[in-house]
Amino acid sequence: MNNSVAKEKIISLRKKRSLEDMRFKYYGFTAMCLSLAVLVFLLYTIFSKGYTAFQKTIVLLEVDYNQEVLKLTPDSSVEEIEKGKFFRVKKQAIENFFPDLSKSDIKLVKKLFSINVDNEIKDYFLDNPEVINTKQQIWVTAHSDVDQLLKGNSRRDVPEDRRKLNDIQLSYVDQLVEEKRVKQVFNNFFFTKADSRHPEIAGVAGSFMGSLFTLFTVFILSFPVAIGASVYLEEFAPKNRITELIEVNISNLAAVPSIVFGLLGLGVLLNVFGLPRSTPLVGGSVLALMTLPTIIIACRASLKAVPPSIKEGALAVGATKTQAVFHHVVPLALPGTLTGTIIGLAQALGETAPLIMIGMIAFIPNIPTGLTEPSAALPVQIYLWVESAERGFQEKSAAAIMVILIFLFMMNAIAVFLRNRFERKW
Amino acid sequence: MSNSKILANGVDVYYGSKQALFGISMDIKEKEVTALIGPSGCGKSTFLRCINRMNDLIDICKVSGSIKVDNEEIISEKTDVVSLRSKIGMVFQKPNPFPKSIFDNVAYGPTIHGLVDSKNDLEEIVHSSLKKAGLFDEVKDRLNEPGTSLSGGQQQRLCIARAIAVNPEIILMDEPCSALDPIATAIIEELIDELRLNYTIIIVTHSMQQAARVSQKTCFFHLGELIETGETNKIFTNPDNTKTQDYITGRFG
Repeated sequence: MNNSVAKEKIISLRKKRSLEDMRFKYYGFTAMCLSLAVLVFLLYTIFSKGYTAFQKTIVLLEVDYNQEVLKLTPDSSVEEIEKGKFFRVKKQAIENFFPDLSKSDIKLVKKLFSINVDNEIKDYFLDNPEVINTKQQIWVTAHSDVDQLLKGNSRRDVPEDRRKLNDIQLSYVDQLVEEKRVKQVFNNFFFTKADSRHPEIAGVAGSFMGSLFTLFTVFILSFPVAIGASVYLEEFAPKNRITELIEVNISNLAAVPSIVFGLLGLGVLLNVFGLPRSTPLVGGSVLALMTLPTIIIACRASLKAVPPSIKEGALAVGATKTQAVFHHVVPLALPGTLTGTIIGLAQALGETAPLIMIGMIAFIPNIPTGLTEPSAALPVQIYLWVESAERGFQEKSAAAIMVILIFLFMMNAIAVFLRNRFERKW
Repeated sequence: MSNSKILANGVDVYYGSKQALFGISMDIKEKEVTALIGPSGCGKSTFLRCINRMNDLIDICKVSGSIKVDNEEIISEKTDVVSLRSKIGMVFQKPNPFPKSIFDNVAYGPTIHGLVDSKNDLEEIVHSSLKKAGLFDEVKDRLNEPGTSLSGGQQQRLCIARAIAVNPEIILMDEPCSALDPIATAIIEELIDELRLNYTIIIVTHSMQQAARVSQKTCFFHLGELIETGETNKIFTNPDNTKTQDYITGRFG
């Protein structure tokens, strides 16, 4: 009798336990689905807003490369061509863009074209100098307002005074569309140009290179220091109060808000050492300080994960401590170390606040070519564009977010690749 | 009568405040196999690790007393640990080949000590060491494969080859067969018997049969003290101490 009661109790408990199991499984599943849904929504928003930035609108323009107007001759050298009066050619082309334009209409038509058209007319001539004294049909970049209108990003059904393009301009654009003198093509400017006040010719190349130079500085500064510090702490340091204090403080440093490092850069690197403002050198140094603790923690974890028997084996055949560490422990810890470093670099890539403090928020219309040239960085570029009033920058900022995400994704892929490539079993 | 190779006198070992060895004194003869037996935690491995100063790796471990190897004191600040360890090889409980090729495993010691000038010399040392460890015939075609791809018994012999490649005089073995199956164990025991001709061997073992099979001298440790030491035959047939008697007949431990 007693026995069967006990048995029932055990069975009911077992049911309860397996129910608990199921419940927990579904909790986990729901949580995962929820986070995936948020991620998909986020990516969808970014993509749907940003994909139009990869296209630009171009307009067919008939240009008369008259040597009188250009003040050039068929034998002009490249330097002379650079100084040619292309703005006069452009002016002429726009005056003849539609038949019988009045003076006020010319002004309106002019606003349909990008500021960059002069350069494009010149570049075409540089590539084809034989077109002198001929009329050429060339595709030139349209103004961002036209671009946004044709992409459907700005609406035409709002009152005229709240539109960028007035009714006359709208009718011109419609005429262009009808005559097929306007089309959309791949926006190479987005990948080859630096920042600009004009959305149609603003690109991420400048901030991308800035980020690349910054990350290079971070890597060069933080990787050797982090390896040295973690090897010392893990393998050589005596276990005493001072090392304990250092260890605790490394963990604390990893949690210090990044803007504090920015202030440090501003106060010490710029004001005391007088390093050049807004440069990848300073930005990279600040971010290196910020990522050092993260990398040290990752390095130490991977050093700790190397079985001590390997080190003992090396010591037992008469290796010195340094040999045992650098021949055996460090190589085995390398995959983990590299992964940690790349995670630290990824953190540095997305950091904005410290860069604002050291002036990398300045408007830089050039692509930097070195560590000591002023430059922007991708996250700061996104911030700048999001802040801009022009509609054309909205899609640009979403597209720049895509660029930074792809950059991050590639860094993580490299980390995974390195880990798989160098990981050895023992 | 052969000469003393290792002479220990009043060796005390502390782990922090806990004393692990109490005044161990021992005389180990040249070219003999000495077995250290005793129940778990009796300090036999600790004593073994004193001989090549492996205990230095443990921060809280403190060793006092005197151990002389070839009449040279080794428990001293001045001892050159690296040259001591090249003279005293060690084989561990769990096979611990480096995650490198079989060849590199054996070549590592000679390379760092600068024992060889040419690639040919190195190859010769590696081959002869593998032969001495009885492994050469099994691995001669795959010296470039990782050492970790071998079976447990082969890995342990690889570790023995690695130890003898630096030409030591003494080999310490810390339960070398505890992770191996009986067949691999038998091979290693045979090997120990051969190595005895050229090396002084000290082996820690949990298996009394193994001690009886491979050793000439046996030392019985209990709770950090050396209870009895003597000819293996005598210890296993007619020990002086009742504790030894109890242990070898399986009454405790």
